[in-house]
Amino acid sequence: MLAPPQPAPILSIRGLTKTYASGFQALKGVDLDIRKGEIFALLGPNGAGKTTLISAVCGIVTATSGTVTVAGYDNVADYRRTRAMIGLVPQELSTNAFEPVISTIRFSRGLFGKPPNPAHVEKVLRTLSLWDKRNSRIMELSGGMKRRVLIAKALSHEPDILFLDEPTAGVDVELRRDMWEMVRALRETGVTIILTTHYIEEAEEMADRIGVIDKGELILVEEKKTLMAKLGRKQLVLHLREPLAAVPDALAGQPLELAQDGHDLIYTFDAQAEETGIPALLKRLADLGIDFKDLQTRQSSLEDIFVSLVRPRS
Amino acid sequence: MNVYALRAIYRFEMDRMRRTLLQSLVTPVITTSLYFVVFGSAIGGRMAEIDGVPYAAYIVPGLVMLSLLTESIFNASFGIYMPKFTGTVYEILSAPISPFEIILGYVGAAATKSLILGLVILATARLFVPFEILHPLAMIGFLVLTAVAFCLLGFAIGVWADGFEKMQIIPMMIVMPLTFLGGSFYSIKMLPAFWQQVSLFNPVVYLVNGFRWSFYGQADVGIGASLGMIAAFIAICIAIIWWMFRTGYKLKN
Repeated sequence: MLAPPQPAPILSIRGLTKTYASGFQALKGVDLDIRKGEIFALLGPNGAGKTTLISAVCGIVTATSGTVTVAGYDNVADYRRTRAMIGLVPQELSTNAFEPVISTIRFSRGLFGKPPNPAHVEKVLRTLSLWDKRNSRIMELSGGMKRRVLIAKALSHEPDILFLDEPTAGVDVELRRDMWEMVRALRETGVTIILTTHYIEEAEEMADRIGVIDKGELILVEEKKTLMAKLGRKQLVLHLREPLAAVPDALAGQPLELAQDGHDLIYTFDAQAEETGIPALLKRLADLGIDFKDLQTRQSSLEDIFVSLVRPRS
Repeated sequence: MNVYALRAIYRFEMDRMRRTLLQSLVTPVITTSLYFVVFGSAIGGRMAEIDGVPYAAYIVPGLVMLSLLTESIFNASFGIYMPKFTGTVYEILSAPISPFEIILGYVGAAATKSLILGLVILATARLFVPFEILHPLAMIGFLVLTAVAFCLLGFAIGVWADGFEKMQIIPMMIVMPLTFLGGSFYSIKMLPAFWQQVSLFNPVVYLVNGFRWSFYGQADVGIGASLGMIAAFIAICIAIIWWMFRTGYKLKN
């Protein structure tokens, strides 16, 4: 099947490797294209190489080999152009504790080569509910607010691409919802967003596409929907009228298991297969006189998929 | 040239100075005043003139240099070490700016600060000792060049250091002894011949003497040698920093 033609990627990574001075190989040849305007979630366990990948794109870490182009420009040869297009929100809450919020935002804007623009700075601060705190020193703010200050810094220079490195790590549920809202609103304005996370639900909630990185290798890049459908196992749960002590011998060999002290019979099947086997199963159950009150089907979450991808490798 | 970035860094550093005005300006002034009280008034009265200059006045250029060197290293090394320490250096490294602009911003601000400090100390000294400046323009020139040279050294130390103790090692173990042995408080002509020769390998001798020449028109070494030494010092520091950025030493690895 031919893929539909794609517009040129806004970010293109080819054969990127990074070996730290300690000898640790954090990236082992990563190839990745990011489409303009998408939300891309990079999933991976701790130490998988997520932050190193971002750092190499942004110029914080010098790549050992490979190339990165942003909107067609090389991130080493044309670093002024590529870096001006990128906003980075780091994982660590690294801030200048003694600085007032608004000065640090103005500083970031200047650093990225943009002339002062009080209106834009105000808009960013208001969007992130920081306007009332603009004159507070950063050390006086809560952790969640510091996180927002970092986002405001990254947005201060109107980037085309925004990197969010674990944006919701250690953030409470409410703020996490706000953050997701904000990311969606940003995408509406045309910003391409790349976020790393190890919260699967975050990727599931937000992303258009998902990449899974493990031990410095990108082991999968897929549309979220395709990924969920392709790898998604479905389960049929039958709530039995009478509990069973064991799966009847007549049904041995079928992907069946009992749960809830024998009250639930669970059948696992492949949602993509031609034959799910459900009608046959229900018929057999009727023949065996196993009656049920109710039934439901459920799809495995991205978390199950992720675990099934990463676990065999460790 | 990313002028906005340059301005942002410079302004940030000058704001930092304003916040720490007490420790960065008042402390060195008090320290230097104490030197004048002890060396100038208490001991100076018993000392003979050197090269026709009263001892209290003779040590003024050396004392200004002493503060200038230590404060230049301290300010410039702190300026770049703190972002490394707090992690905010990520923003500097990911910004569309060249190493040259980064250095210009940090070293420029640190040197400005040193220059202000040097002039304030000179003004303070004037309260204790009447002295005159024969070549004011040359004096400012030496002040600027020395501030830049040692701010560059400080910047390199700040990049190199990965702990607060390392920040102290070079200023305390090398610069301080070299300054004290560099003729700040005496003329190297007062030393035995052998130690005079040894002193000629001390770069601080050239700085102090060049500076002193701008005050009193005489020095232990030639003015050309002084300028040459400062130029060489600046060149070496720039080469080290250039290498650091080139290889990403302690910044990008």
